[in-house]
Amino acid sequence: MANILTTETVTKRFGGLTAVNTLSIEIPEKSIYSVIGPNGAGKTTFFNCITGFYKPEEGEIVFNGRSILGLSSDQINHRGISRTYQNIRLFSNLTAIENLLVGQHPLMKATLFGPIFGTAATKREEKAALEESLRLLNFIGLAKKGDLLARNLPYGDQRRLEIGRALASKPKMLLLDEPTAGMNPNETEEMTKFIRHLRDELGITILLIEHDMRVVMGISEKITVLDYGEKIAEGTPKDIQGNQRVIEAYLGRGTAGQVNH
Amino acid sequence: MEQENTTSWWRKAIQSGVIGGIIAILAGLIGMIESFHARDIIAGRISMGETLLLLIVIGFAYSSSRNEQLPISTRVTSGVITGVVTSLMIVLFLMLGAAVNLRSIFVNASPALYKILTLEIANTSLAYIAIIVIGAVVSLAASLVHAATPFWKRIISSGFAIVLLLALLQDLIRISLTPFPFITSVLSWMFGRRGQEGLSILGAIVVFLIVAGAIYNDAKNGAARRARREALPEAAKRTRRWVNWGLLGLFLLIWPQIAGPVLSDVTNSVGLYILMGLGLNIVVGYAGLLDLGYVAFYALGAFTMGVLTTTGGEIFFDVRWTFWEALPFAVIVAVLAGIMLGIPVLKIRGDYLAIITLGFGEIIRIMFLSDFLKPYFGGSFGIVSIASPTIGGIVLDSPQTLYYVILAACFVALFVAHRLRDSRIGRAWKAIREDEDVAQAMGINLTATKLLAFATGAAFGGLSGAIFAAKLSTVYPHSFTLITSINVLALIIVGGMGSLPGVIVGGLLLAGLPELLREFSEYRLLIFGILLIVMMLNKPEGFVPEAVHKREFHEDENLSHAAGG
Ligand SMILES: Nc1ncnc2c1ncn2[C@@H]1O[C@H](COP(=O)(O)OP(=O)(O)O)[C@@H](O)[C@H]1O
Ligand SMILES: [Mg+2]
Repeated sequence: MANILTTETVTKRFGGLTAVNTLSIEIPEKSIYSVIGPNGAGKTTFFNCITGFYKPEEGEIVFNGRSILGLSSDQINHRGISRTYQNIRLFSNLTAIENLLVGQHPLMKATLFGPIFGTAATKREEKAALEESLRLLNFIGLAKKGDLLARNLPYGDQRRLEIGRALASKPKMLLLDEPTAGMNPNETEEMTKFIRHLRDELGITILLIEHDMRVVMGISEKITVLDYGEKIAEGTPKDIQGNQRVIEAYLGRGTAGQVNH
Repeated sequence: MEQENTTSWWRKAIQSGVIGGIIAILAGLIGMIESFHARDIIAGRISMGETLLLLIVIGFAYSSSRNEQLPISTRVTSGVITGVVTSLMIVLFLMLGAAVNLRSIFVNASPALYKILTLEIANTSLAYIAIIVIGAVVSLAASLVHAATPFWKRIISSGFAIVLLLALLQDLIRISLTPFPFITSVLSWMFGRRGQEGLSILGAIVVFLIVAGAIYNDAKNGAARRARREALPEAAKRTRRWVNWGLLGLFLLIWPQIAGPVLSDVTNSVGLYILMGLGLNIVVGYAGLLDLGYVAFYALGAFTMGVLTTTGGEIFFDVRWTFWEALPFAVIVAVLAGIMLGIPVLKIRGDYLAIITLGFGEIIRIMFLSDFLKPYFGGSFGIVSIASPTIGGIVLDSPQTLYYVILAACFVALFVAHRLRDSRIGRAWKAIREDEDVAQAMGINLTATKLLAFATGAAFGGLSGAIFAAKLSTVYPHSFTLITSINVLALIIVGGMGSLPGVIVGGLLLAGLPELLREFSEYRLLIFGILLIVMMLNKPEGFVPEAVHKREFHEDENLSHAAGG
C-alpha cells in the first residue's frame, strides 16, 4: 500500500529544548497509525508540525506525494488533513450544527455577495451544507442535539462533535490527539469502536496520539513510540509490547501499569 | 462554613450599606442629584434626583438580602440593616456638611443639595429621623421582594420599571401625541400639569395597574394563547408576521410626522449610531476583532462626502458632485481604509489590536486636522456647505426628510448584517472570534476573512459618516474623536455582542436617552461606565443577547431562511 504521509527527519525546537528530534515516519494509506509516548514526549508538537501550526526547523513532510512543509494550517486543511485537539477546542458558543457547518467551510464557495443577494447558488450550497451537517450529526451519534451550544454538551459528545467537525471537510487523513483522554473505560471502549468504524466506513487514514496503551494496542496497525522527541521504537502492537526500551520509557515516568493490559 | 455564614451576614450587610452610602454621597458631590432633581418622575412629588437616591438604597438592600442560603427573616433583616446604614451615612454627611463648609472642596455640596437630601424639612433632627425611616421602609420593601413568588416579582419589577421609563420619556410621549389633540386631552390626567414633568400620581398608579394586569393576563392565558398561535396553519402564521412587520414599517414611515423636527433630529442621530453599531458589530461582535478606531471610517466617509460635493477646503478638488454621486465613493474610501488598516494588523490579537486601531483612529483625525492637508480638508475649520441629498427635485435637508435616507441606510445595513450572519463568511467570523487557531486549522483563510470583516464594517461606518456630513452640511475633525468609537462600542456591549436587535436597543438607550434627557448627557460617560460595569457583572451577554439559531427541528422553515437570510 502507498504511503499517504511521510515525514523525514522532522525536528522542532523550543529554545534549548528539542521537542521533536529527527523524526521520520511513513503512514500507509487507510491505516490506523498511532504515536505513543509518555507525557511531554513531543507527540502534540509533532501534530502541530504536520498541521502547519509550527514550522519545523529541519526535515520534510510529504502528504499525498506533495510537500506540505511551510504551508499555513488552512492550506494544509485544504490538502486534506484535519485534526482534533487533546484539550477539546470546539467553537463553544456556536451550536453543534454550526460547528459542523464551519467544518465544511473549505468545501463551500459563498463569500459576501452570494449571501447578501440570496443567489440561487448560495441557497443551494447552504441547503446542502445543512443537510450534510444533519447527516454528520447522526453519524457521530448526536442526533437531536444539533441545536445545543457546543459548551453545553456532555464531555463525550464534545469529543465526538470535534471529530465530526474534523470530518466535515471530508479529509483524506484525520489526526486525533488523545481522543479518549478523560474518558471512563466504557466511553473509551465506545470511542475505540467509533474510530475503527470511521476508518472502515469512510476509508480515511487515521493518525492517533494516545497515552492509554490499551486503546492503541487494540486498534493500531502500526505504532511509533516517542520519548524525549525521539523515536525509540516502531512496529506492530506485538513488537511494541515486548520492546524493552518502551517499557523502560514508561516505567521511568512511573506509568508502567499502562504497558501491560 | 455554616458558622461563617451565620456570623458574618450582618457584617456584609453593614459593608454594603456603607458602600451604598458612599455612592449616594458621591452622586450628590458630583452634582448628579441636584441636576437630576430638576426633573420630576412623579409630578410635584418625587424628582429624578430622589429616585436616584431611592434606587441606590433599593439596589443595595436588594442585593444584600440576596444570599439564598440564609432564612428569609435573616435576609430581610440584612436588607434593612443595609438600608438603614446607607441612610445613616447620608445623615452623617449632612451633619458634617452642617458643621464644616464642604463647599470649598466640593463645589456641588451646595445648600440646594442639602435641601434635597433633608427632604426640604426645615427641622434638622426631624429630617434625619425621616431619612432613616424612609431608608428602613424602602429597604424593607426591597428585601421583602425576595419572599415574593416569581409572578409577583415580575409584577413589581416590570411595573416600577415601566412607570419609571414612561416618566422619563414623557416629553417624547407628549410631543409625539401633539398631532392628536383628542388623545392628548383624554390622557391629560396621566401627566403632571402643564410645565410640570413626570407622571401624575394617578397616572403612575394606572400605568402600574395596567402592567400588572397585562402580566396577570399573560400568566393566566399566555401559554394557551401561544399554543393556539403555534397551532395556526403555516400560511396564517406567515400573514400574522407580515401584518406585524407591515405595522412596524408603517410606524417607521410616519414617525417624523408624529415626532416633529426636534425629535426627528434626535432620531437621526440615533439612526447614525445604529448604522455605525451595525458595522462595528460585524468587526467586534461577529469576528471578535476589538477595534477602538472605528470613528476613522466615519470620518473618512464624512470627509469624502465633504470634499466631493463642495469646492473642498480652499483649493483643488472642485468637484461639486451631488450627494448620490459622492455616496458610493465615500463608502469605497472607507472600505479601502478598512483593508489598509486590516493588512498590517492581521497577525495582531486582542489588546494589541485595540491599541493599534485606537492609534489609527487618532491618526486619521489628526490627518484631517493637519496644516499640511489644510488646503484639501480645511484643517480645524473643516469643510462647509456640503450638499444635501435630493430625490426627484426635492431637497432632503430637514431632519424630517433626511430621516428617510437614514432609515433606508439602516435597513440596508440591517439586511446585509442579517444575511451575512448565518452565511459561510458569518460563521467563519464567529469561528475566528471563538478560536482563531482552530478556525485556521478548519481551513478558514484568516487573512481574507478578517479583511472582509474590516471592509464590511468600514463600509457601514463610511456610509454613516457620509450621511452625517450631509446632515450637518459641515464636517470638522473635532466631530471624530475617540469618544465616538467608545460610544459605538459601548452600545454594542450593552445591547449584546453580535446581536442585531441588541444594536438597535443599545443605540436607543445609549444614543437616544442622553439626547432626550439633558440631565443625562452631562453625566453620559459616568452613566455609561456604571452601566458597563453593572452589565459585565450581571448580564455580560447584553440586554438582547445573540440568539441561538435553531436549525435541527425547524429544518424546512429554516432551509429557505438560512440560505436566504
Ligand atoms: N509552545 C511551546 N513552547 C515551549 N515549549 C513547548 C511548547 N509546546 C510544547 N513544548 C514542550 O515540548 C515538549 C513536548 O510537548 P508536547 O508535544 O505537548 O508533548 P506530548 O503531547 O507528547 O505530551 C514538552 O516538554 C513541552 O513542555
Ligand atoms: Mg499532547
